[in-house]
Amino acid sequence: MNLQLVLEQVLNGAQLGVTLFLMAAGLTLVFGIMNLVNLAHGSFYMAGAYLAVTFYRWSGSLVLGVLLALPATLLVGVVIEVVALRTLYERDHLDQVLATFGLILFFNELIAIIWGRVGLFINLPGWLSGSIDLGATFSYPLYRLVIIVAGIVVAGALWYMVTRTRLGMLVRAGATNRTMVAALGVNIRLLYTLVFGLGAALAGLAGALAAPIYAVQPGMGDPVLIQAFVVIAIGGIGSIRGALVGALIVGMVDTLGRAFLKPALATLISAPAAQSAGPALASMLIYLLMAVVLALRPEGLFPARGH
Amino acid sequence: MAEPLLRVGGLSKSFGALRATDQVELEVLEGETHAIIGPNGAGKTTLIAQLAGDLRPDAGRIRFAGEDITALPAPARSRKGFARSFQITSVYRDFTALDNVALAVQAHAGHSFRFWRPARADQALRAPARAVLDEVGLGARADVPAANLAHGEQRQLEVAMALATRPRLLLLDEPLAGMGAEESQSMVRYLATLKGRQTMLLVEHDMDAVFTLADRVSVLVYGRIVATGTPAEIRANPEVRAAYLGEQE
Amino acid sequence: MRLGRRRIVLLALVLLFAAVPPAAALLGQPFYVDLVRRVMIYAIAAVSLDLILGYGGMVSFGHAAYLGVGAYAVTILAVYGVHSALVQWPVAIGASMLLALAIGAVSIRASGIYFIMITLAFTQMLYYLGVSLDAFGGDNGMRLPMRSQFGGLIDLRNGTQFYYLVLALLVLAVLLVRRLVDSRFGMVIRAAKSNEARTRAIGFTPYPYRLAAFVISGGLCGLAGALLINHTAYLTPDLMHWTRSGELLFMVILGGIGSTLGPVLGALVLLVLENALSSWTEHWQIILGPFLVLVVLFARRGLAGLLWREERDG
Repeated sequence: MNLQLVLEQVLNGAQLGVTLFLMAAGLTLVFGIMNLVNLAHGSFYMAGAYLAVTFYRWSGSLVLGVLLALPATLLVGVVIEVVALRTLYERDHLDQVLATFGLILFFNELIAIIWGRVGLFINLPGWLSGSIDLGATFSYPLYRLVIIVAGIVVAGALWYMVTRTRLGMLVRAGATNRTMVAALGVNIRLLYTLVFGLGAALAGLAGALAAPIYAVQPGMGDPVLIQAFVVIAIGGIGSIRGALVGALIVGMVDTLGRAFLKPALATLISAPAAQSAGPALASMLIYLLMAVVLALRPEGLFPARGH
Repeated sequence: MAEPLLRVGGLSKSFGALRATDQVELEVLEGETHAIIGPNGAGKTTLIAQLAGDLRPDAGRIRFAGEDITALPAPARSRKGFARSFQITSVYRDFTALDNVALAVQAHAGHSFRFWRPARADQALRAPARAVLDEVGLGARADVPAANLAHGEQRQLEVAMALATRPRLLLLDEPLAGMGAEESQSMVRYLATLKGRQTMLLVEHDMDAVFTLADRVSVLVYGRIVATGTPAEIRANPEVRAAYLGEQE
Repeated sequence: MRLGRRRIVLLALVLLFAAVPPAAALLGQPFYVDLVRRVMIYAIAAVSLDLILGYGGMVSFGHAAYLGVGAYAVTILAVYGVHSALVQWPVAIGASMLLALAIGAVSIRASGIYFIMITLAFTQMLYYLGVSLDAFGGDNGMRLPMRSQFGGLIDLRNGTQFYYLVLALLVLAVLLVRRLVDSRFGMVIRAAKSNEARTRAIGFTPYPYRLAAFVISGGLCGLAGALLINHTAYLTPDLMHWTRSGELLFMVILGGIGSTLGPVLGALVLLVLENALSSWTEHWQIILGPFLVLVVLFARRGLAGLLWREERDG
């Protein structure tokens, strides 16, 4: 276990954290403001990835592919919201969960019909592949670094929007007291659609950025969705700050756990036992962490107040 | 003089800059019917919530039957003999009136980890429930789903459920809310029969009811108790009159 | 014995199910015994879920976990040479109850959305755990070494005997839940679902009762898991995949939430539908998905609500 390895895994953890943040930010806003459980959020991640692949193939450029995937996913999100989800705002959570579950089945299969079940690949262009040197003896894949930076930029932009713009003020107000915002005569429908679209776009960005390095296949959004749930459970509903902190924690714990738990265990128990227990425990780590956080703080670490 | 059944001291609760409850001092003696009145926005709802155990005060103490209950949650307070009715009717709409009251009886009949016997056939629950329903005048409506009861009947059910727990103190949050003249008189007549044998803390807007029923009245204005006294004293109190200037009586 | 409408329908359903093996034999279609047995096993799971969902208002997206635990318990014991059902099945139930206790202790205090998310996440955790258990098949799964043994009394390899055992257990499960729901315990759960503030005001602390219901529900579902592994004879972590939880939820909704027989009907309809659709097209989920959405939007009361407007447990 050397410094390079640790550093590499820490950066990997940050990169996973960024992906999760992009997923969780939109999801937590939708939870907090519209009180909507949307299981199909993972489908936006998937849509972003597939659209990025499609635009990449059409244009030959990865950058163009990702950039075009964003508004496309936003559009998909808005259409879904208007067509299918509006009726769900008044329904109870069970209905929302089941309806969006049905949507997941539909989208996964739709993707499979259009693009097939086999995983798709994007080749990184020359200037994005390869590693960058950080310090004398350490180098890290450039593209992953790009993702981290993109995440920081987006987080900054979101922070700016939420704290400094009028829309952001409405978002924060809505997250703490939805009924009041409606009572103040704000165009709630438009606000909801915008928030939802924003969330979808963020998820789509996460998917598009992930496309070159993870497998692009039907159902790819579902495991990420569940990790996003863990992020929100830890971070608190309705809070962007909670999503950021939660995402980094989950990203780090998961990545570092998978990398180092087995060797760490091997120092305590026999090697064969560590061989089987290590990966098993590592995959459970973030959920156990969630359980601990919830036991101590049932509302998460940074919940937005009220409902 | 015996210690008051309910003693509230220095109770305070703020929401940001708003002092909803400001150093409230309140005493209810055993057997007394004590009313709390105040103009709209005085903070009655917040005060009730803190007394009932739904809201934690920022400061102050609540003593009930000699015990400090400030930190106790609502179910524990109920088990200690503190019953409340809700201002906005809050009954089990899908259950019959009898079911509703039987549940209140059941809550005070030990633990409910009984898995076998059907509760609806359990006379230990049904009989006392029926008795309470008869007492408040809902006996004939026992088998009607609560959602189908008239508004006034639902308010009666609220009171019945509170009474079924055999409380030492009955906290009534605007029992006459939304009632017409006849229904109100009926309820006031009934509450008058409880006077003396059931300690009551009554929050009400209806001044006639308050002056008929109350032994003492406390006036809540901007979160503070500005006066406490007999109905006659309160009526004559200049500060109280000022607070109610412009208010309908 | 007063024969209420509910009891008549239950009796009719039992007779219908009981008639399947001889009918299938007559028609030379043993496949139906298999199918209906699978329906009944899932019906037991759905009934267990309805206890906490329909009566308790707890939307658990994690019930597949108990199916999995039940199945894994039986398989793991079998791998270590313990084949007696009288040991395996109580262990399956017990393990599921323990898991439900652990998950419930953390989740039940949480509000609606949280509860759903958390139960979903824990199920997925168990799925990943199952995947990483190489000793027990890992990702690919493994064959059940030997079916649970009843010491010669019942032979689970005999499709028909197994079938009737499952039918008997289903009837017991339905009757058990019915009892629970009408008992003092059940009334607290239902009251807490109907109006939590009121329930606390009269002196109930809902949490312990909800937790108990959650544990009972988990245990019953664990039994279904033990039955399921004997039915499929192949252990796979897919049993615990969260989409299974979604299917279970759908069975309950489809049949009619908070009704005695709803979950049974729901299991029947959903599984038969899945069967029919999947034999028709590989892309059956694209039909099932929207169907489920439509059910939620328009047929919320489920079959029980449509068929006979059963007053919601008056």
